[in-house]
Amino acid sequence: MSPAAVLATSKGVATHCPYCALQCGQWVDGKGSVDGREFPTNRGGLCQKGWTAGRLLTHPERLTSPLLRPSRSADLAPVGWDAALAHVSRQLAALRAEHGPDSVAVFGAGGLTNEKSYLLGKFARVALGTSQIDYNGRFCMSSAAAAGNRAFGVDRGLPFPVTDLDDAEVVVLAGANIAETMPPLMGHLGGARLVVVDPRRTPTVERAIAGGGMHLQPVPGTDLVLALGMLHAAVTDGWLDADYLADRTTGFDDAWRVAAQWWPERAERVCGVPASDMRTVVGWLGAASRRYVLTARGAEQHAHGVDTVTAWINLALALGLPGRPGSGFGTITGQGNGQGGREHGQKSDQLPGYRSITDPAAREHVAGVWGVAPDALPGPGRSATELLAALGRPGGPKALLVFGSNVLVSAPDGNSVADRLAALDLLVVADVFPSETAMAADVVLPVAQWAEEEGTMTNLEGRVLRRRRALRPPAGVRTDLEVIAGLAAELGAAGFPADPRAVFDELRAASAGGPADYSGISYDRLDAGEALHWPCPAPLPGAPVHPGTPRLFTERFAHADGRARVVAVEHTEAAELPDDEHPLRATTGRVLVHYQSGAQTRRVAELAGIAPESFVEVHPDTATRAGLADGEWARVVSRRGTATARVRCVPSLRPDTVFLPFHFGGEQAANLLTNPALDPISRMPEFKVCAVRLEPMA
Amino acid sequence: MVGARFVEEVRRRDPHGARVRLTVLGAEPRPAYNRVLLSTVLAGGLSARAVELHPAGWAARQRVDLRLGVTATAINRSRRAVHTGSDGIEPYDELVLATGSRAWLPPMDGLDDASVATFRDIADCERIIGLAHPGARFVVLGGGLLGCEAARGLAGRGVRVTLVHPKQHLMERQLDAGAGEVLAATLRRLGVDVRLGVEAQAWEPGYGLRCGDSGVDELVAADALVVAAGVRAETDLAAAAGIAVDRGVLVDDRLATSDARVHAIGDCAQHAGTAAGLVQPGWEQAAVLADLLTGADPVARYGGTPSVTRLKARGVDLATVGDPAALDRPGAEVLRFADPVGGRYATLALQGDRVVSGAMIGLPDAAASMIQFYDTGSPAPADRLGLLLGRALPGAPETADPTRLPASAVVCRCNTVTKGALVAAWRGGATDVAALSRATRAGTGCGSCGDAVQGICTWLAESDPPVLSPVRQEGAA
Repeated sequence: MSPAAVLATSKGVATHCPYCALQCGQWVDGKGSVDGREFPTNRGGLCQKGWTAGRLLTHPERLTSPLLRPSRSADLAPVGWDAALAHVSRQLAALRAEHGPDSVAVFGAGGLTNEKSYLLGKFARVALGTSQIDYNGRFCMSSAAAAGNRAFGVDRGLPFPVTDLDDAEVVVLAGANIAETMPPLMGHLGGARLVVVDPRRTPTVERAIAGGGMHLQPVPGTDLVLALGMLHAAVTDGWLDADYLADRTTGFDDAWRVAAQWWPERAERVCGVPASDMRTVVGWLGAASRRYVLTARGAEQHAHGVDTVTAWINLALALGLPGRPGSGFGTITGQGNGQGGREHGQKSDQLPGYRSITDPAAREHVAGVWGVAPDALPGPGRSATELLAALGRPGGPKALLVFGSNVLVSAPDGNSVADRLAALDLLVVADVFPSETAMAADVVLPVAQWAEEEGTMTNLEGRVLRRRRALRPPAGVRTDLEVIAGLAAELGAAGFPADPRAVFDELRAASAGGPADYSGISYDRLDAGEALHWPCPAPLPGAPVHPGTPRLFTERFAHADGRARVVAVEHTEAAELPDDEHPLRATTGRVLVHYQSGAQTRRVAELAGIAPESFVEVHPDTATRAGLADGEWARVVSRRGTATARVRCVPSLRPDTVFLPFHFGGEQAANLLTNPALDPISRMPEFKVCAVRLEPMA
Repeated sequence: MVGARFVEEVRRRDPHGARVRLTVLGAEPRPAYNRVLLSTVLAGGLSARAVELHPAGWAARQRVDLRLGVTATAINRSRRAVHTGSDGIEPYDELVLATGSRAWLPPMDGLDDASVATFRDIADCERIIGLAHPGARFVVLGGGLLGCEAARGLAGRGVRVTLVHPKQHLMERQLDAGAGEVLAATLRRLGVDVRLGVEAQAWEPGYGLRCGDSGVDELVAADALVVAAGVRAETDLAAAAGIAVDRGVLVDDRLATSDARVHAIGDCAQHAGTAAGLVQPGWEQAAVLADLLTGADPVARYGGTPSVTRLKARGVDLATVGDPAALDRPGAEVLRFADPVGGRYATLALQGDRVVSGAMIGLPDAAASMIQFYDTGSPAPADRLGLLLGRALPGAPETADPTRLPASAVVCRCNTVTKGALVAAWRGGATDVAALSRATRAGTGCGSCGDAVQGICTWLAESDPPVLSPVRQEGAA
């Protein structure tokens, strides 16, 4: 146990950055000034987003009063809280009475605290009685989560602490650009030879090459073939860990029968990565004793994302990495609470503690904590993309409550999303800023942000962290928990506390015995400075407290037989292929100074000054052929929509590929282009590849 | 293995056998395996078991009536039946020939001996491995794709290998002369004795391969001979049944032979758009035929497969696309790069910006991108040298020298701190790394720019006495 943590100093209150899942330690003072705080993930450092996060607290665009649109054609106008909540609950009650509980839907977020995620899920199932709840983590972690559950029996992004990476000799980053998305994480990889799988030569790739590593540059949508080719090379080049496969896994023979058909030279023909590079990288992994394979959204955001992640897991298992000290497989969680957010019941198929909503025992346990009959709990609802697509359609929801998400910018096929939101009877958005989605709402509820509230977050390594209040929210602003509690009260539902500690204590009970067991974690233990990774069950009477589980799988995997599953997966083409009309493959991603839909970072002048507008990276030849030159504005056209972006000629890019950042809204939204084709298991949309053409602006 | 792929493709479309009942006759006594990987087995990378396509019991689970060791002897088209060696008769509604090809044996004496093996099936492979004890002397006869793979694999087993080829350069079907020379040099470096333009006369067991031409007589001393002199499509069944054959069984875009009820796929088939001897065409044909015969896609058609060859031989990175004759066609734009000492060679033929033919040795990046441009037909980059070498040529190298770094250069990417900003902060009094970091946040993200910030700090200390008044960032440096 570590000594009692210092919770406040002259620098302010000890809390964590509002943005990504690295959850860098921050000091925030009463005026909203931010300083880096020593913490294992960031060691006192921050990226530019984190350093400037304090500007959000005192921003002139903060929403400080509920807004209400009296009719769909009217403008939003300020209104009191009582009137806003009464209006919302009245309409929800009326819709439920007329059309049944599934006529109202809830959309959550991976940025919400554990307490909010939990209470939102309970609110949907108990206060509204609807099955229709999902969240934007579906766009983020769902493929990796499903693959992890399938292979290992449990899904914790990194099943080891981030600091284990410090000693790595070789790290394969499959679809990760952490030098831009999570800069302080690069500080843990300084000693490793990096192999970066990315269609673009990103800053992470540059670092890999500078350090003697390698760039594997596949055609977008062919990552799975690359992993199959590497598994083939692992076998033929003699790197297979046969003892490990025999002792700790099942299923390798079936997986090999698929990989046998993908000798590196054949895989190369599909993915474009030189066969010799596959062999080289497998040789590095095979010869090192401390090695990791990590995936991120580049591998996961596909209509076959689960299988793609599985292919990387299979490679890791073939080499004997998972569960071995100093080695492993992991996925790099994206959103601030992307881990905790996928555990506590805002996902359509889940109940708290990472329980399945279709498991009778899980339903009984959670219903018991909630004081309702198990039969009263709804079953699984629609996944995020399907939920959005059903809005305002026959049989679909007629009202949507959105917490912490900007779906007009972040969901695929933005034009369709706009149509669906417009078809609703009621759209309610709780947000900090007037985001694109908030401005489309009938009711906008202004809520507190990170340094104005208490709660917990679970970072990318499954460690539960305390978020602490450094300053009071502006007058007129309520916390999300207060909003949920207020709506529940209006709806006549009991059991919705607004106090985060009370919510967390209930979450602990609800998670007890589940895969993500938080029952042994308390605010007191966290405030005392303990580093607690789940599972951390409550001790039996008289037993010592559980120390948490920094490393999973050291003895066994979470399947009943203790073995990992090597699941045979085969390559499938991207859901949409280029043709004469749309000859290029578009992929999307991030830039360093923006986060997600940009609702926050586009409002920070220092960040907006660096990246003020969308751009499209394109090979100079491809630009020339489209009649475009560097710096000109282009129209990027897919079968679903058109986005405008400034041309950035990049000679290192594949000529068949263009890249757009997804942080911008309006006509510059990259998701106007993206394909809502879904993974059959995770229901992840295919953000990472769709067919487009480039046109000059008329 | 194309037959096995066809069965898989049918069951993918008709998993419960509701539309198609499948009977498979196989002459070999063992279930299907991956022939393409035999050279990897020969080289020691895989066991024979590892190349089996299906687990035990697979055929029964897939509702496939699999008859192993049963040789088809005749096709009775009028009765729509296949005769088998054991006086059996199998009726059919549709017949698929996937009989593959057999090794061609040149007309010479001595081949009927235990020290001689062809290189066609797994039994050949096991025999060769049995003969290939370290120190043994082998001759591989035939310098095509398979012969080169066999020679390289044997050399890797510690066998002394001589590769005898009657033509003037190796793999002449796929390579131009320059590429063939570099390939020969590469194989020689790997321990293979390559003899070109040499006609084999006879195999003399216990002595070696007698070669000779116009009076010159030579014995290549060897203990074993691998004949890899080419293959011939297995067309006998079809020809005897009166089905049209040429080099192979002639098929149209629906993979139908001259008898619409009889189809041919893989090595035994001859389709106008396809070169023989590669697996990819056979697999694509299997998918199209499965579409047609299950009714999954009645308008599916096979339009040919671009010809791509990749040698599977450790230490030899060789890829070819198209026909080397395209290099000599009028209007072809031909690019060449030769580095015989370094074992690198590239040649590309373009027609109107499209890659139509090419060969790459020792240039894996260029090989991968050549294949992609050839397969997709997308226009080749204007930077022809980059195309030939496989990557865009680097621009001016980034300098780490603080003197030459422009003021606008970003030193700390995590916090977008330019050299100019660091200089301004220095002049504002932040004259060590920690102070510069506090003033600008440089180095507070991932920390990787620490050395660069230290370098700028040292440079400023040596060259620029600090001025303790703030200077506008724009004017710095």
